[in-house]
Amino acid sequence: MKKPTIGVLALQGAVREHLAMLERTGARGVALKYPSELHLCSGLIIPGGESTTIGKLMIACGFLEEVRELVGQGMPVYGTCAGLIMLASRLIEGDQPLLGLMDITARRNAYGRQVDSFEADLVLKGIEDPGRPFRAVFIRAPWIEETGPGVEVLGEHGGRVVMARQDGMLVSAFHPELTGDDRIHRYFLRMLEGAEMAERAPGTGG
Amino acid sequence: MKVVWRDREMEEKGTLRVKTGLAEMLKGGVIMDVTTPEQAMIAEEAGAVAVMALERVPADIRAAGGVARMADPGVIEAIMQAVTIPVMAKARIGHFVEAQILEALGVDYIDESEVLTPADERNHIDKWRFTVPFVCGAINLGEALRRIGEGAAMIRTKGEAGTGNVVEAVRHMRTINAEIARLTVTPKDELMTVAKEMGAPYDLVCWVAENGRLPVVNFSAGGIATPADAALMMQLGADGVFVGSGIFKSEDPASRARAIVRAVAHYDDPKLLAEVSRGIGKAMAGLEISEIGPENLIQFRGW
Repeated sequence: MKKPTIGVLALQGAVREHLAMLERTGARGVALKYPSELHLCSGLIIPGGESTTIGKLMIACGFLEEVRELVGQGMPVYGTCAGLIMLASRLIEGDQPLLGLMDITARRNAYGRQVDSFEADLVLKGIEDPGRPFRAVFIRAPWIEETGPGVEVLGEHGGRVVMARQDGMLVSAFHPELTGDDRIHRYFLRMLEGAEMAERAPGTGG
Repeated sequence: MKVVWRDREMEEKGTLRVKTGLAEMLKGGVIMDVTTPEQAMIAEEAGAVAVMALERVPADIRAAGGVARMADPGVIEAIMQAVTIPVMAKARIGHFVEAQILEALGVDYIDESEVLTPADERNHIDKWRFTVPFVCGAINLGEALRRIGEGAAMIRTKGEAGTGNVVEAVRHMRTINAEIARLTVTPKDELMTVAKEMGAPYDLVCWVAENGRLPVVNFSAGGIATPADAALMMQLGADGVFVGSGIFKSEDPASRARAIVRAVAHYDDPKLLAEVSRGIGKAMAGLEISEIGPENLIQFRGW
């Protein structure tokens, strides 16, 4: 299989770390600054950063509509932290532009301020070697307050949903790109293969 | 580092990764000085990634003279309540009690800042003792690595605060970049002497020599007044920018703030820079460095 090209939305935030992680997992990562570049990619990562800033810049640069359309057509997307907020349909705390693609309610700054940011070991569903804990870094992180019926919960911490998937959309409240553990990025790459197969097979998918 | 439990699951707070991680999330962003909740809301609306809560912007501190201290906790709290983005606040160099107070208030980052009057002329704050992360100023690589050695999780080049003149910001960014570049081609057996001459921890000197960059995020500060200034610092390798007096000492702060945010996101796109630089009112007046007098330069505070 040829190397998939994955775009990392590069308007603001931890872009470099995702690109490095993609490199490690054998994909080609490209930093996206313009909506026209989206068509070069078979998948998209919306990185962590300040979600209000990313949301405003997505509107100013014309990304919002374009991403909505492509992800609506089935382009796989992975959102970390601010990316989770952008993908959510509903938001508690704050008022900002959202893509509104995934049937989840996000609570912004759910754990409190920076002094409440933390690391913890999580047990995640779906990733390779699921018995081995995943060291998760939560930075002024959101959590998922509610999930719709089509949403699969992949990880919880302290009784709150912190990782989930709905069709081709994957979100985590924490930052795997800040650790050396690439199992979530590998999981996302497998989602990409799945999407490609669905596209090739006639009469399946939407 | 603090260990707490949430529903029987262990959480480690204040780790180096959590401290430097927030700075990583601020990359490609603009951090704006604000003195009131109204200004903080203008900054957030314009797309700032964080605000720096102050009693006076550096240009006013410079004009007023006297001793500049940590802001009134009431001012900081009002700003924290007004916005959802991270709020930073400044403590005097070496004033660890001001830092303790800022941590107790719950600010998201402490700037141990030369813009305030230093409280200790020999020592900086031992930043390892805090759960809250610190950003510190530097004019060269040795100073940056000493601050990181003390526990700073983010660096900003100092520039010359309150001048609206970018020349010192450029000097400091170029100096640090040149020193890093030189380290990457320095033979390993010379690194101890380099560390001695630079006054920097040996292990951090070795890390920089091997990786060709600082181990933490490096923003640019001190004199940025226009979208072009901000883009200049980004093209010179800054991870993001602090804008102090440059926004709220200008004619039309909201437009200028928005324009600087866009200039930092697309710093390498001259057409877009031309577009966003148009019609944003007059920039702050600014000061020529040679007219300030060497005894009034803020950048040499820090040891």
